[in-house]
Parts: sequence; structure tokens; C-alpha cells
Amino acid sequence: MALLTFKGGIHPDDGKRLAKDKAIVDVKPKGDLVYLLSQHIGAPAVPIVEKGDRVLKGQKIAEAGGFVSAPIYASVSGTVKSIEPHFNPTGAKVNSIIVENDGEYEEVQYAQVKPLEEMTKEEILNAIGEAGVVGMGGAGFPTKVKLSPKEPEKIEYIIANCAECEPYITADYRRMIETPELLVGGMKVILSIFDNAKGIFGVEDNKPDCIEKLKELTKDEPRMEVVALKTKYPQGAERQLIYATTGRAINSTMLPADAGCVVDNVETMINVYQAVVKGIPCMERIVTVSGDAVNEPGNFRAPFGMNQMELVEAAGGFKDEPEKVISGGPMMGFAMFTLDVPVTKTSSSILSFLKDPVKGLEETACINCGRCVDACPSRIIPSRLADYAQHHNEEAFTKMNGMECVECGSCSYVCPAKRPLKQAIGSMRKIVLANRRKK
Amino acid sequence: MENKLNISSSPHIRSKITSGNIMLMVTVALLPASAFGVYNFGMSALLMLIVTTAAAVLTEYVYEKLMHKKITINDFSAVVTGLLLGLNMPPTAPLWMGALGSVFAILIVKQLFGGLGQNFMNPALGARCFLLISFTSQMTTFIYDGETGPTPLAYIKEGSMESINSMNMLLGRIPGTIGETSVIAIVIGAMFLILLGIIDLRIPGTYILTFVAFIGIFGPMANENIGFFDPHYITAQLCGGGLMLGAWFMATDYVTSPITKKGQILFGVLLGVLTGLFRLFGGSAEGVSYAIIISNLLVPLIEKVTLPKPFGKGGEK
Repeated sequence: MALLTFKGGIHPDDGKRLAKDKAIVDVKPKGDLVYLLSQHIGAPAVPIVEKGDRVLKGQKIAEAGGFVSAPIYASVSGTVKSIEPHFNPTGAKVNSIIVENDGEYEEVQYAQVKPLEEMTKEEILNAIGEAGVVGMGGAGFPTKVKLSPKEPEKIEYIIANCAECEPYITADYRRMIETPELLVGGMKVILSIFDNAKGIFGVEDNKPDCIEKLKELTKDEPRMEVVALKTKYPQGAERQLIYATTGRAINSTMLPADAGCVVDNVETMINVYQAVVKGIPCMERIVTVSGDAVNEPGNFRAPFGMNQMELVEAAGGFKDEPEKVISGGPMMGFAMFTLDVPVTKTSSSILSFLKDPVKGLEETACINCGRCVDACPSRIIPSRLADYAQHHNEEAFTKMNGMECVECGSCSYVCPAKRPLKQAIGSMRKIVLANRRKK
Repeated sequence: MENKLNISSSPHIRSKITSGNIMLMVTVALLPASAFGVYNFGMSALLMLIVTTAAAVLTEYVYEKLMHKKITINDFSAVVTGLLLGLNMPPTAPLWMGALGSVFAILIVKQLFGGLGQNFMNPALGARCFLLISFTSQMTTFIYDGETGPTPLAYIKEGSMESINSMNMLLGRIPGTIGETSVIAIVIGAMFLILLGIIDLRIPGTYILTFVAFIGIFGPMANENIGFFDPHYITAQLCGGGLMLGAWFMATDYVTSPITKKGQILFGVLLGVLTGLFRLFGGSAEGVSYAIIISNLLVPLIEKVTLPKPFGKGGEK
């Protein structure tokens, strides 16, 4: 069968060989834990503990701050040291609950959960929301909200995003190799909310072992299917993944639900399973620590709030001082100026490089070669849009479909003139969105 | 950590290809045609290529120096322009004429309009047309094997097909400009660029196919000796004049061709029709240069009518 895919995209060196075969290792935090109250899209969580309170592992320490929000749980036992702003991985200061770890990992008694078959849809959704599950692939959108579309009966496909198309990151890969049953369990939970839906696992064909394992596990599941996707960046971008797996295409004015689809990534689905079937809240995730600057690249089960520098130390520390450290993948992740930031719900990886590959790149004139047009999965003209953005020509920018950009960065990657195309287009998109809100 | 970490907007990795690499590869791809030109026409051809290339690079350097702009001669684009102009010169033209053409190409067509990426027509062809108009006789006199005579294309224009030897035209053993005569040498260079992904078949393919269809159909109208889709005539038209050099190396110039895929097809069709029109019904036997620079001027219009539909609005397929 031909591999499923989309038009456009790029083939960067995937760098996954560094950490691909490293089994997930549990890490224990040493220093203070920092729980950012905003590590999801939506209203910040509201603290329900005070300075001096003793908290247990698995205890809720902040309540969802609105419908689009998520609660936060302590991942260790200890004492609340303070509630104060702290840097997040994107370099912004966010109000945070800081907990001094007592090293005992005393855990709360989780309430008994009903078997899945006896739960109503509402109970399942509430369990997901209460556990604080958000889109852990990077977006951080509260999963309960995503799973509550206006017309749930119209949802036909639940797509598990198993593409993991960002270079270097192997966290989802390890999850699929080591505990694929949890992923399939998560899919089962979500399918029980949507009666008319079919579950699709979309896996890039550079992970044949995952495809095989998932196929084996789902062979007696009539509502589930495993499909192989062409290995290409950004195969895991939501719109491209929906198109590759279902042939349906959505634009910037639509939600996946408008095309009858819901997409969740591997880590999210596993956390859905933990929340609903085991009653365990969202407290930890798999983080890939990789790049040529770390001694022993690997995959770690890290509690939220753990200092990222400690995680690098768990990976054998730095070989030498890195020039660049990225939170997330090299295509869409954030360059960090400090590692004194906590692991969050969306921290899929920490990548450290001895040499910054983009340092000293000189921008030259656009030669109109059209490589950005070929690479653009949104099928727009990045070079022209970047020109409009640089001239603050909002009208031409929107007319030429600048808002359809998904900021995957493929255009900047291929540009032979090394123009920061994505940066220009991304900034303009933010301006347009801000102006729309003003109206 | 003592040193500060670098901060930049994503993506944090980039492909290795640069504009300079691309232009260098185009230069390399022009070498077979250049080498054949020197073999075919001798020292005067070599000198012409050296002079036009050097004059183009020097003009760019001096202009940028005087204007306090960044010196961009190491991006090889001036080399490509100079070399292309040289390949479009008759081997017998005076060297100063080649140098003047290079100055015109770089100064007037390229730099005065904003430099690399901003020129609205192919600089080498703009300069060639300037020279053709200004020095018509020297630019259209071709001496081959010591004899002054018409090019095969001029014979065809007259309707005399008897003297046409297609094999000689394919190899390039005919009078013409330095780089245009050998179809084989040009196509070797073009294949190299296609293999590297620097050019594709969209523009040259549609250009050549449209041209064949046009002269196949209208050839008999222009000349009664020619049959409908006459194979001998079509082969001679394809191998003669600047068509091959123009289609593979000048119509494919990134800056002066459409960025949209459909636009590239339309551009190729337009080139084929215009070249056919000029060659069959125009005053001169040749028509490639004018067809390309006129089409260059229409690129903004072509792009406007061929804007792609974005993903999710019909463009995903």
C-alpha cells in the first residue's frame, strides 16, 4: 500500500539514532519543584495551597482557572516554599508554586475508579479534566475541552498522532515500544466517548517496530486501525495528519471536529488512560534529552516541576558547554537562555548542541527559487508573505493567505538565502490576531 | 555555565544549500557549452568568455563599493550573468562589446533595480538585446571555418532545407553564438542541474513542447516548402539558434520566472508561442531572446492569475 502523506514538507536529518534505543529511565528530582500555573492553553490554574503547607505526591495543588484550563498536581511530597513567578521554557515569567522536595514521595490514596464499561461519557470526560490532562505534544490544549465538541456524534475519527516527526525526539517512540498497551488503552477510553468514531494510529514508516506492535495489539479491535505514514516533516502537524489519514482538509478557520476528527498525541492518550482507568492524575511525562552536547542521550520519565538542568545531569551532563539548548524539537521548539526552568506538561525534549547551527548564518537576497513554496505544507508562498510581513502590509498578508501558515518552519529550513521566513510570517500572524481581538 | 546560550527563533536547523552553491552549480553546468564553444570557435571565444565574466564581476564589485553596499560577488550570480552573456556573443564580436554588454547587464538591468533578486528581466538577455539593437551588424555576423555566412536558422527562414545537416546542428558544428550551437553540450549541463534539483522540467519542458506544436502547425503557413509537422524542419528549428541555451539556462532563471507552479507552466507556454511567432513571422530568424525578456516582464501578471489555493481551501491535493 502506498504510504499516506501530504504535499510539501522536508526531510531533515532526524537525529533520532542518538536516543532511539535508550529505554525510559525513571529520574528523581533533587532540588525544589516548580509548578508553573500556566503550562497549558487557557486560564492559569489557581493555587489551592499556601506557603508552608505540606503536600503529598498526587495531591491537587492548583484548580483549573476556568473552562479552558487545567488543574495541577504535586509530583513529590514536600512543603510549599512560596508562590512566585518563575521562568518558563519560552523565557516568560509565570506564577508558580514552588515545593521543597522532602525526598519521601509519600503519595495520596487515589480514589477507587469504576471500570470503564460502567462509566458514563460525562464521568469519563470529568476524570480527564480533573486529572489535568492537556495536549502534551506541545500545544497544551486541555484535553477535556478537545474531547467535548458540540456534536460528539459527528466525530468519525479519533487519530492518535504517533508521527513524532520532529528530529531528535524519541519520547513517543519509547512509549510505543515499551508500553503500547497504555496507548491502545487510551484510545479505547476516547472511543468510548464517541460512538460513531473509528480510532486510527498514524505512525511514520521510520518506526516499523511500533507499527508492528500496535497492529498486533489492535488485531481484535474492530474500531481501531494502524496506518503507516511517509516519514516527512511535518507529518505530525494536526492538519497534515488529518489529511494523510482521512483525506479531509481543514483550514485555519476550522477545528478538526469540523472535519469529524479529534487528534491526540501518544503521551496525551497514555495520560488519558492513566487518568480514567487508573485514577492517577497527570504528574509526569517522558522527556528526550539529546543532542551532541550531552554525554548520554536518553529518554527519561520526569516529574513535572523538576529542574531541567537536573534532567541534563541525569543524561550524564554536558560534554562541553553547549551553544544552544532547545526545549522541544529543532523545528518548532524554543531556544532557552537558561536551564533553570521546570519540566512542564508540554516538555517533550531538551536538546543541547555544542555548535549553534544557525549562528552566523548570513541572510542574503531572495532569489525567488521557490524552494519555500515546494516545502510549504499549507501551500502558500512564504517568500512573498515574509516580504509583506516585513513591510507590515497586513492587508496583502491576509489576502495572500498568510493566516493559513502553521509555523512549521519548513520554509526557513530550505531557504538558500537563509531568510528567517517563519519568524517574519509568525510575527505578522500574531499582529493580525491581536488586531482582530481589538475589533 | 560561563557563556550565554544562543537564542533565536525556530527552526534551529537549516539545510546546507545556499544561493552561492546554487549559482556555482549553474556555472559548472555552463562549462560543457563553454568548452565546446572554445573548441568550435577557438581562442577568440575563450577571450570573449573571460572578458564578459570578468567585466560582470568587476562591475558588480565597483558599483557595490561605490554605493557602500555589501560586496556580493562571492554569490556567483555575476559570474553566471557574465558567462551567459559571453555564450550569447558571436565569437567574432569585438571584446569591448562583450565588456560593454556585461556593464549594461549588471549596472542597468540588475543593480539599478535593486541588485540580486530584484531585476525584472534576465540581465544577460537584456544586455544581449541591447547589443543586438545597438550593434546589429557585428552581433549578427557569423564567421565559421573562415567563411562568413548565414546560420542554419537563417537558411530555414529562407525555406531552403537542403543544406541543413541535423547531425552537425546537434553536435554544434555550425555557425552561431559561442555557447548556443551544441545541443548536446547544453543538455549535458541541463541534466546536471535537473539531477541536483536546481531546475526542473516545468519551464523548459512546456517551452519546447509548445514551440514544437506551434511550428508544427504554423510552419507550413510561414513557408510553403514545409509540411505539417515536418520532422526535418522541427529538428532543425529545435537545434538551431538560441532555443536550447535559452530554454534550459535563461528561461529557468529563478528571479525572472514565476514562483508558482502553474505560473511556470503558463510561462513555458507563452515562451513557446512567442518564440514560434517571432521565428516564423518576425523579421529575424531568431526569436528566443525577445521571447524570454518579454515573458519576463509578464511574470508578475502570470503569478497574479496562478496563485495557488492554500491547504484546506482546495490546495491540499
